[in-house]
Amino acid sequence: MRVQRLALQLDKNKIAEEVDLNLLNPLIEKYKGKKGNLIPLLQGAQHIYGFIPDSVFRKISDETGVSLSDMYGVATFYAQFRLKPAGKHIIKVCHGTACHVQNATAISEALKEALGVEEGETTPDKMFTLESVACLGCCSLAPVMMIGENDTHGKLTGASAVKVVKDIKTKEIEHG
Amino acid sequence: MQKTQVIVGLGSCGVAAGAGKIYETLKSLKNADKLDFELKKTSCVGMCFREPLVEVIDENGSFLYGEVTDDIAVEIVQQHVIGFNPVRDYIVKADLFETPDKDFFAGQIKIALRNCGYIDPESIEEYEARNGYKAIKMVAEKGLTHEAVILTILDSGLRGRGGGGFSTGMKWRFARNNASAEKYIICNADEGDPGAFMDRSLIEGDPHSVLEGMIIGAYAIGATGGIIYCRAEYPLAIKRLEIALKQARTKGYLGKNILGIEGFNFDIYVKEGAGAFVCGEETALIASIEGERGMPRKRPPFPAEKGLWGKPSNINNVETFANVPYIVLNGAGSFNKYGTEKSKGTKVFALAGKIKHGGLVEVPMGITIREIIFKLGGGIQKNKEFKAVQLGGPSGGCIPKHLIDTQVDYDQVNATGAIMGSGGMVVMDETTCMVDMARFFLDFTQKESCGKCTFCRIGTKRMLEILIRITEGKGEDGDIEKLEDLAQQIKDSSLCGLGQTAPNPVLTALKYFRHEFEAHIYDKKCPALNCKPLLTYTILPNKCTGCRVCAIKCPVQAISGEKKLPHLISQETCIKCGDCYSRCKFEAITVS
Ligand SMILES: Cc1cc2nc3c(=O)[nH]c(=O)nc-3n(C[C@H](O)[C@H](O)[C@H](O)COP(=O)(O)O)c2cc1C
Ligand code: SF4
Ligand code: SF4
Ligand code: FES
Repeated sequence: MRVQRLALQLDKNKIAEEVDLNLLNPLIEKYKGKKGNLIPLLQGAQHIYGFIPDSVFRKISDETGVSLSDMYGVATFYAQFRLKPAGKHIIKVCHGTACHVQNATAISEALKEALGVEEGETTPDKMFTLESVACLGCCSLAPVMMIGENDTHGKLTGASAVKVVKDIKTKEIEHG
Repeated sequence: MQKTQVIVGLGSCGVAAGAGKIYETLKSLKNADKLDFELKKTSCVGMCFREPLVEVIDENGSFLYGEVTDDIAVEIVQQHVIGFNPVRDYIVKADLFETPDKDFFAGQIKIALRNCGYIDPESIEEYEARNGYKAIKMVAEKGLTHEAVILTILDSGLRGRGGGGFSTGMKWRFARNNASAEKYIICNADEGDPGAFMDRSLIEGDPHSVLEGMIIGAYAIGATGGIIYCRAEYPLAIKRLEIALKQARTKGYLGKNILGIEGFNFDIYVKEGAGAFVCGEETALIASIEGERGMPRKRPPFPAEKGLWGKPSNINNVETFANVPYIVLNGAGSFNKYGTEKSKGTKVFALAGKIKHGGLVEVPMGITIREIIFKLGGGIQKNKEFKAVQLGGPSGGCIPKHLIDTQVDYDQVNATGAIMGSGGMVVMDETTCMVDMARFFLDFTQKESCGKCTFCRIGTKRMLEILIRITEGKGEDGDIEKLEDLAQQIKDSSLCGLGQTAPNPVLTALKYFRHEFEAHIYDKKCPALNCKPLLTYTILPNKCTGCRVCAIKCPVQAISGEKKLPHLISQETCIKCGDCYSRCKFEAITVS
């Protein structure tokens, strides 16, 4: 069931994140008082911070009058929302039907091993978060993964997936 | 003389295959040598299996190059664009001559996809140049009544392409008949079936056709507002929709008194989904637009009476809308001349899985599944044995080999236990384990259940647990009966389509591949050699050269042996990762 995600997301050793709440002001200004504003508000907040920190929930709630429980209800229902900080690059390995048939499991396994994390986790250097998605719509290129917003790679093998990730890492190190 | 055009396919699939880089290469070639050709962009023509694609149109017609690399791009420019000498080796489709891929297009009739791959999706002028916005203009100029438009759609026999297959004309009439000053028309672009990409390709390739369909629909039912609910995993589709909306507003196809039709005020905005399969269901989708958790509610009242913000609302799928302008402009007969008695027109299918030609096709209803897979689709990858094809994703079922001559028609497909669905066709071969597929789909629906109904929430979980057990070799006598019993109860006592259809993949798998379940449960064997815990890896002493590769790489040191002598796998230690199997260069390791 969808809300099982709650347990996964509300981590035991929660990290208190220092974030600049002022960044939220234009967003709140735009959606305050509008009907159906909750999801766009959360999406906007996640866009700013990469996840939705506790303090952000409280500020939005205080200033728009949406109750905290409504906000958590929505945030935990939809797969898109993150309640924990994510790495700089989010790797989404597709586990849709087509990718499953073409052995997407091997891609995830290889990446888990290479990065030393489980699905849903972030590497200690905060560089990568490994996730899975239900279909990226590039099924004819299965198995597929997407890094960030629009960097999609198809016809992967475990080895080629690891190479893509390693290349990003090398680049990051070179550019400091 | 018309300038030579060089057009790069920049749909999501093209970009994923590296088309963005090819475009840059072509651009720098053009600029460096000040070459006199026109470099353009388009979206997916459906030939995803040959991406990246580059089309060259010169005075001899069109030449489509496939699997273009940087080097090939250079060759194309030098030989073809400058030298007028097409490079035949890389051409996958041409006006002038036949290519090995010709069958991919031979059986297709493009109505919904009429512009995909032919226009730059970010140019409204190119859409207009191919009869775009002519349908709504005709409605305005001829002063067609709402009723006349609805009648045309009714006559065309168009049925909803989102999966349900309900008559679109009828749906519009219900919405029309509801007198309310405020009404909504909603486009369902949530495309939740994992393994389907028709709607993404359509929006990316021809966003205006969807908008025009919605505008016509709005006129017909009297809608005052329009919303496109698009899944967030499709950033490019959302971007192109936003561009198209801006253009349509500037040109007066959206706004006040559209095209001079007095009182026809209508605009559309895009609402980004947030990742929940159940939001494809109409009432959940509405709840989601309203900013709530996407939980379905009881119907009636149907959205046509009480939908978004409590107002009458009409929801149609992307492909449904894309067909509308064509039908209105060319008449009902132009559409219903294709198809079978109760399934008219054409249907778009997304071919994926173990098929040679994975991609997007649009075929007349009534064509057989065999034709789609073996003619257009080119058959099975690596010439393996076809086993089954999944239609309708997690709500549908599989169609096995002996039913491959089933026609694409709502009733015929339903008779097999599968459903037409939205158009995802995932092909499976002898190496696909049907028990594992059943587990896969249940895992999906179980996670996506909104949790409102007990049977959907807990029943799917119990089914999943049984299926996992079976794939792990811990299946017990009676498991199959338990699955069937649970399936029936979940179907009977779920509120929405998600729960009502969730057991379908398991039921069809049981219907056609019961022996595979039995092999897992009673013989502890996976006939497709897919379920890891049921496999045994052994080394053939007569083939093993003792190269030690497997022994060094085995993660649990299960392999022992002296250099140059046959090795041995300790079955107690082996974790069945299959690493040795894929590494051995001498085919000395077998799996059973
Ligand atoms: C769980 C569930 C998921 C659905 N997902 C989609 C979807 O992703 N896209 C879609 O067009 N219809 C989907 N539908 C069907 C829609 O509820 C609805 O019937 C359809 O959008 C109506 O449009 P049509 O009449 O043009 O097909 C889904 C239904 C259910 C029950
Ligand atoms: S059937 Fe399942 S998804 Fe549908 S309303 Fe009930 S619990 Fe939610
Ligand atoms: S890799 Fe093959 S040949 Fe080499 S030791 Fe292992 S089984 Fe023998
Ligand atoms: S199933 Fe992986 S992209 Fe569709």
